[in-house]
Amino acid sequence: MSTETKNDVGTTGLLGWIDARFPLTKTWREQWGDYYAPKNFNFWYYFGSLALLVLILQIVTGIFLTMNYKPSAEGAFASVEYIMRDVNWGWLIRYMHSTGASAFFIVVYLHMFRGLMYGSYKNPRELLWIFGMLIYLCLMAEAFMGYLLPWGNMSYWGAQVITNLFGAIPYVGTSLVEWIRGDYFISDITLNRFFALHVIALPLALVFLVVAHLLALHEVGSNNPDGIEIKKNKGPDGKPLDGIPSHPYYSVKDFMGFVFFAMIFAGIVLFEPTVGNLFLEKANFDPADRLQTPDEIAPVWYFTPYYAILRAVPNKLLGVVLMGVAVMIFFLLPWLDRAKVKSIRYRGWLYKGFLGSFVISFIALGYIGMHKPTPVLTIESRIFSIIYFAFFLLMPWYTNVDKTKPVPDRVTFHAH
Amino acid sequence: MRTKMKAPAMNNTVKNMIRTLKLCTLLFIGTAAVAVQAEERELLHANNDVANKASLQRGARNFVNYCSGCHSTKYVRYNRLAVDLDLTDAQVKDNLIFTNAKVTDNMTINMDPADGKAWFGKTPPDLSLIARSRGTDYLYTFLHSFYLDPSRPTGMNNVVLPNAAMPNVLWELQGLQKAVYEGKTSEDGKRVDKVFKGLEADTKGKLSPEEYDQFVRDTVNFLDYVGEPGQVERRNLGIRVMGFLLVLFLLAYALKTEYWKDIK
Amino acid sequence: MSEAENVDESRRHFLLVATTVVGAAGAVATAIPFLSSWQPSARAQALGGPVEADISKLQVGELMKVEWRGQAIYIVHRSQEMLDKLKDHDGMLRDPNSEESEQPAFAKNAQRALNPEYLVLIGVCTHLGCAPMAKFKVGDTDVAADWPGGFYCPCHGSKFDLSGRVLKDVPAPLNLKVPPYYFSSNTTLVIGLDKGAA
Repeated sequence: MSTETKNDVGTTGLLGWIDARFPLTKTWREQWGDYYAPKNFNFWYYFGSLALLVLILQIVTGIFLTMNYKPSAEGAFASVEYIMRDVNWGWLIRYMHSTGASAFFIVVYLHMFRGLMYGSYKNPRELLWIFGMLIYLCLMAEAFMGYLLPWGNMSYWGAQVITNLFGAIPYVGTSLVEWIRGDYFISDITLNRFFALHVIALPLALVFLVVAHLLALHEVGSNNPDGIEIKKNKGPDGKPLDGIPSHPYYSVKDFMGFVFFAMIFAGIVLFEPTVGNLFLEKANFDPADRLQTPDEIAPVWYFTPYYAILRAVPNKLLGVVLMGVAVMIFFLLPWLDRAKVKSIRYRGWLYKGFLGSFVISFIALGYIGMHKPTPVLTIESRIFSIIYFAFFLLMPWYTNVDKTKPVPDRVTFHAH
Repeated sequence: MRTKMKAPAMNNTVKNMIRTLKLCTLLFIGTAAVAVQAEERELLHANNDVANKASLQRGARNFVNYCSGCHSTKYVRYNRLAVDLDLTDAQVKDNLIFTNAKVTDNMTINMDPADGKAWFGKTPPDLSLIARSRGTDYLYTFLHSFYLDPSRPTGMNNVVLPNAAMPNVLWELQGLQKAVYEGKTSEDGKRVDKVFKGLEADTKGKLSPEEYDQFVRDTVNFLDYVGEPGQVERRNLGIRVMGFLLVLFLLAYALKTEYWKDIK
Repeated sequence: MSEAENVDESRRHFLLVATTVVGAAGAVATAIPFLSSWQPSARAQALGGPVEADISKLQVGELMKVEWRGQAIYIVHRSQEMLDKLKDHDGMLRDPNSEESEQPAFAKNAQRALNPEYLVLIGVCTHLGCAPMAKFKVGDTDVAADWPGGFYCPCHGSKFDLSGRVLKDVPAPLNLKVPPYYFSSNTTLVIGLDKGAA
């Protein structure tokens, strides 16, 4: 006589058989079905799930692009045109991927801004924030290497400029640049290794980090616009009073967000995939030409704030260092912020002022980085760089002295 | 003296802050944009319509007669033209192919790139993507902007591409143009500089100015199409996809609202 | 939290089903371009277009090979003897009338050809895709004492006669395929397009 192996989650049939051998239902419940999220999530809380959606979109469209793309200096540009013209629906897949790259950064920047507004990086979410930052770094590397692959003239010169940044490092710079390129210039060899990193190494790292980010989130629980720990107020059933199960409530809400995002995304892909010169740059429709730099060379918009900081500094090494610091300094946020409250709703005017000017400077630097340097723009870029760094460096001071307001026990929520 | 904000207004504070942010950014971008624009040269507007197949057919004819001797469009397949321009394979073969190329071939040229370089000083570029890398307005202006310049080897110069290597292959159609300058006293008042003012007709061409304009517009339209042959199809698909997503969004919104009635 | 008395279950159920159905339709529609991208591309179609073969120099009793869509096309200039021989061994064949095999309508006869003088076959064994060898000599002892002359596949020993018809008791199940073709002139064969059917 054989007895059915019992499982802990009370499922039967095929699912029961699986659950006795693999934590399928258990994982679902822990990670989503029975994961209690604060009920007061607002607009800013769509961007986490949207980032996941875009990641999946990039992986799927990327896989299909590799089926026709040729990672060689000889064949890359032509293979992209082959995809755009000869492969059935190739143009759609390619535009989805190129638009997806920009969409990824839009969504991630808004997601990060959400974190800044509501103090989502603060105790106990420091590690969650660090995983997120690592995702952001990976994403930047992914975008940079992916941008070389079409082997257009902007691809070529963009890679030329960015790899040369490493040349600013004293003593080892020149050899480091050669090592990264595998040649004395950006060549077929460079393209080939960037391809390998872009399609295998970095996506693997990204997926791993996203899993870690989500596990950390579901371990500590989500923050919310009030910055209140909902786990502090539990009902007799042990569930947070201000929490609701993610399924079905956030399933249906995030799905609505997905569809809204899809409308904007499809609108761009199908009506204006270049978005002027922003998502696909004009100069990149010329094949790579070692002898001819494009008239105006600028990175894609998502890198331009940092590029502007680089250009703002009249010293090569210092510029590179400051640019690096501008990215890395986000890692320190959990320790720079000394405020007792998390959410901007209960912070004083100092924090609001600094955050506001930080956002303005980030956007302004992004704008400046897209344009040819003029004396006026250079001065502006220096002013905005200072504001950018002031946000971080003065944070221990202004978050300490800022007048905060009392935080209520329960979240602010108005039923619909 | 400041009055203190009341608690329920908190959400609005954030909204106000964002609004202020946006306003500041806009103001800033506005001032910076003026500084940048000043150095950009004004281009004429091509006003072409890639959905106009008659124009594309004329443009294709213009292109193979006047351009494709030197310029390839190597990513374009002849029979793709046939499908997109409402032509039969036989019509393409009779009217657009002057070599022994097959309709399944790409629009390459026989000129050796090295020869091209020797003859013109620069290999004539492939034009498959020229409308995407330069823009249609640029091409339209370029083809309108050749003028007599005895200092150039071709006897011609171009306003938007100074010292262009390309000879003006369309001069018989357009007629010749000459540059008009006006005297401008330099800032210190010691010299009078020649400042470029505009172009005017020198000799008459085979085509009237209106006909030539149409000729250029059709040709640019063809290059626009060639830059992205699927663009009309893409926009048509866009309308259907947006319609579908709107329906799905309304359903998703209703579903979300329905479930969220539970949450008090 | 959930207050059951206020919930309109039928409305909720309807919206859930409607959203799922419409959403699933969207997912399927999105999948179509991706699956369709695996179809032969415009370039593959252009390269897979008809090819011309000049048969003016093909001697009687000889075989020539041309490539079409990555496959060898066998063209045999058959002698009158060879054609006569086709009639006397129906008993050895699995499908003498080409009922089951793939060929243009004009080739569904004993000669399996548009012009009996010229045999045109796809040189791919219908068993597992090897290239059959020409063994035109009647009674060739390398193959069999009662060999009528034809093609012999070296991989698994399948045998075909001089019309590409498969013999009994060999692994190949069907006659060799005949591609679509037509004569654009007396000496030029176009493979890949069937003018008669078009």
